[in-house]
Amino acid sequence: MGFDLVNWYNEKRKGEVILEYVGSISSDVISNSLAEFESKASTLSDLKRVKKKVYSVLVECLQNLFHHVDEPPVDAKIDEKDKYGVVVLSKDGTFYRISTGNFVKKEKINSIKDRIDQVNSLSDEEIKLVYREILNNSKFSGKGGGGLGMLDIVRKTGNKLEYNFFQVDSSYIFFALDVYIS
Amino acid sequence: METIIREETLKTPYVKFDGEKGLVEIKGRSIPENSIEFYKPLIDWLDKFADQPSGKTSVNVKLEYFNTSSSKCILDIFRKLELIHKKGDEVEINWYYEEDDEDMFEAGEDYQSIINIPFKMIEMEE
Repeated sequence: MGFDLVNWYNEKRKGEVILEYVGSISSDVISNSLAEFESKASTLSDLKRVKKKVYSVLVECLQNLFHHVDEPPVDAKIDEKDKYGVVVLSKDGTFYRISTGNFVKKEKINSIKDRIDQVNSLSDEEIKLVYREILNNSKFSGKGGGGLGMLDIVRKTGNKLEYNFFQVDSSYIFFALDVYIS
Repeated sequence: METIIREETLKTPYVKFDGEKGLVEIKGRSIPENSIEFYKPLIDWLDKFADQPSGKTSVNVKLEYFNTSSSKCILDIFRKLELIHKKGDEVEINWYYEEDDEDMFEAGEDYQSIINIPFKMIEMEE
């Protein structure tokens, strides 16, 4: 009933899967995933600058999960519950697609949605200016880059963020994000 | 002042801060989850160095990647250098980027737009 994680996951595996991970997003998992991407990237024929972009965006996507995921619902049928997240990087035609998925509490939907919609509404030039504004004016935070992550992804890829919220139960949502790099 | 040398790791850059020579170098990748933990001692070092700089400070930043978590810490380093510059000491900032890496070039421009010291943008050929 409702959201089917396996179906969603299989859809994201379309194309050639370069990296996939399901489970606890720890600092070591991030290191290993990045190392795995680098070793595979050396066999891919794309330009170095494209691979560097994919690497940078992958860092932000993984660390976004690391810093912001909520615990999954207690009855979710998954093995590892601490910092649970899903990431799939695949090459689908001329694009690289990085898909991430994680559980969030329902009350967070609006703030996530507003944030992404706002970033998506900006022109390239506006993104640059807002990025500089936040870099210059916001205070240090222990977590991530104080809201720069999403901006950085859109700035580097030049593409809008695509997202979906899937209702899991009365208090949880599965937040799915797709980032395209060409 | 004690020289700081940190070898490069998977997620943190090579760092050399040498007070006697007036040399500040950061090279490699800076993508730790907790960047404050890594940069705090470096920023503290610059705080002390700003009290008695060596006349001329050369800064070489040669980053391959950095994450948004590091970006504010790197800005904080530049802010400390800006203080030294404001006191009338010469500070030379060399921002290196790989040929075709427009993202790293633009990152240098971002810092330059905030920090009041001219950056020398240096393209490295592969």
